Amino acid sequence: MSVHTGREPGPRPSRLDPPTLPRRDFLGLAAVGSAAAALFFALLGMLRLPKAAVLPSPSRKFRVALPESLADGEAFIPPGRSVALFRHRGQVRAISTVCTHLGCIVKPDAGGFHCPCHGSRFDRAGEVQKGPAPAALPWLEVRDAGGGVYVVDAGKTVPPAPLEQA
Amino acid sequence: MSSSRPLVAAASTTALGRFLENLRRLPERFTASVSRGGAPTTDRTRSGFIFGNVFLHLHPVRVHRWSLRWSTTWGLGIASFSAFAVTLITGVLLMFYYKPYPDVAYQSIKDIHFVVPTGRFIRNIHRWAGNVMVICVLAHMARTFFTASYRPPREFNWVVGMGLLVITLGLAFTGYLLPWDQLAFWAITIGANIAQSPREVTDALGVTAWFDPGGLQKLLLLGSEEVGAEALIRFYLLHVMILPLALAALLAVHFWRVRKDGGLTRPEDADLRVGPGEGITPVFTDEPHKTYHLAAVVPGRSPAVGRGPERTLPSMPHLLYAELAVFMLTIFVCLALAITLDAPLKELANPAVPENPAKAPWYFLGLQELVSFSAFMGGIGIPAIVVLGLALIPYLDRERAGTGEWFGGPGGGRLVAFSAAFGLGAVLAVEAVAIGLGWIREWWPEAPQLLITVLNPGTLLTLLYALFSVAMVRRHDSTRAGALALFTCFLCGFIVLTVIGSYFRGPNWDFYWSPAMWPGH
Repeated sequence: MSVHTGREPGPRPSRLDPPTLPRRDFLGLAAVGSAAAALFFALLGMLRLPKAAVLPSPSRKFRVALPESLADGEAFIPPGRSVALFRHRGQVRAISTVCTHLGCIVKPDAGGFHCPCHGSRFDRAGEVQKGPAPAALPWLEVRDAGGGVYVVDAGKTVPPAPLEQA
Repeated sequence: MSSSRPLVAAASTTALGRFLENLRRLPERFTASVSRGGAPTTDRTRSGFIFGNVFLHLHPVRVHRWSLRWSTTWGLGIASFSAFAVTLITGVLLMFYYKPYPDVAYQSIKDIHFVVPTGRFIRNIHRWAGNVMVICVLAHMARTFFTASYRPPREFNWVVGMGLLVITLGLAFTGYLLPWDQLAFWAITIGANIAQSPREVTDALGVTAWFDPGGLQKLLLLGSEEVGAEALIRFYLLHVMILPLALAALLAVHFWRVRKDGGLTRPEDADLRVGPGEGITPVFTDEPHKTYHLAAVVPGRSPAVGRGPERTLPSMPHLLYAELAVFMLTIFVCLALAITLDAPLKELANPAVPENPAKAPWYFLGLQELVSFSAFMGGIGIPAIVVLGLALIPYLDRERAGTGEWFGGPGGGRLVAFSAAFGLGAVLAVEAVAIGLGWIREWWPEAPQLLITVLNPGTLLTLLYALFSVAMVRRHDSTRAGALALFTCFLCGFIVLTVIGSYFRGPNWDFYWSPAMWPGH
């Protein structure tokens, strides 16, 4: 098969080479492409389902009655809430007790707050002193509802108000 | 078969007679129809036993004697699969009584433990088989790495294996959340907040309001802002449906590729080293010098040319019995653990009071140690780097020396020992500094968070290991040497961090030399 055929020089096509795309394969390609696109968008649509539109979370606003005996600077934690309330010179302040690291509940102690999970420490103003917490504990909005009852909104943060050592 | 029998039935002319004869021969014909080839007593029927069975036909008909040596694999892959099979069966049994709803879930686990017949035993087996599976998968990965079995053409199967490792850990994680005890609740809380921890970076950059992948991940995981019924049902769905299905699909690919990539790895000279079998006459007395290409059908030489079958044995019984032995041994270990140790169950979940210390199961305590330096780097950044780095190894190491050998490649066992010394020294030194002197936040309280995210004991250790690996690449002039160094360091780091997290961390994640020194509560 070494006869010169007069064609242009270069390697002759082998029967093992992939064939060039004939025109009639266009329909096949279009079919595969549209099926892939349909499946892709179906997947996107299915991924939309687990992202809930209405969150079943409880209201973050709650009323709390402070005990009369609560001393200045002593922490009061309403049952079932992750918020600590303090009296400070006649005012009442609330700070979140959810650790800014990974969401464990911090415990108030003499120097401030400590987290049992990964050892973060916060001072009495909520600032990080030690450990992996990336941010200070947020202070929350408190409204005096009268009669020793206060309304805390754990969804609204207020600028930190430093507490001097009691 | 029928030709050897007297033709009694044919003599029966009535339909009823033929019917009775068919009835009489029913058991024999049924047995023959089930196993089509007959008993596996000759090489031919042994082959048929394998390829005539849908469950066995992923096996080769004959298997190389190198692959049958215990030291080739230690049976770790089959052990992982066996442990998975045990968790699958016991898991389905537990689903008879388990109810995925907060508080009710805890009560149903208590019922399984105290009331359900054999419930406690089944739950124990499920728990410990899960642990055995994690250990076997990790050991299987180490075996594959140290024998350089990830090399071409097996690169992709190594990547599939990484996927299986991640799914295995995901199954373990979602599993221990289901009892809704204290461990479960705080593990979900911590896990969901790790998913949210990209906020550590987006907050530091001030872009969380527009770009919040962390918040989206947490929302998808919990289905709520808080850990509650929505979160439990999602973890349950992941544990009993999504992850097992994904695992089964990847397992099918994994097994199929083992076969298609040419079976287990063996050294180039494996034929010489196993030698001719006893009492076997060579089939090719003079080795042919021709090689035959099956052009355009399979790449490379046709496998049997020039290599006689005397180096191989029929898979039935040699391979199948070995696999059965590993399967039985795995079940034995799970049962022995289940008889001697009860699966833990803590108090009912209390969202107001975390456990102190709140510890994950042992295989996540290394991660927990890293997370105690930085949530994002420890929980997402470093694990992602490790998984990505491991997955890339076969595409970066394109050498051939040492394939199929334990600690094969330049440097060999001595390099592994040296790397182990370095790996242990580095992790102990970094931990000693972090435990003894604290870290940036204690020295400089106003330090920007981004600095700590980028530079913490975990990232420092990762960097040390990477630099050491590069040094070994240059010293031995080999990528494989660098990979050996890096993988050995990774194993040392994983083990040391896990041990520190398990034994040396007490209340408030403080360091204690022994749990006996923890302050009383």
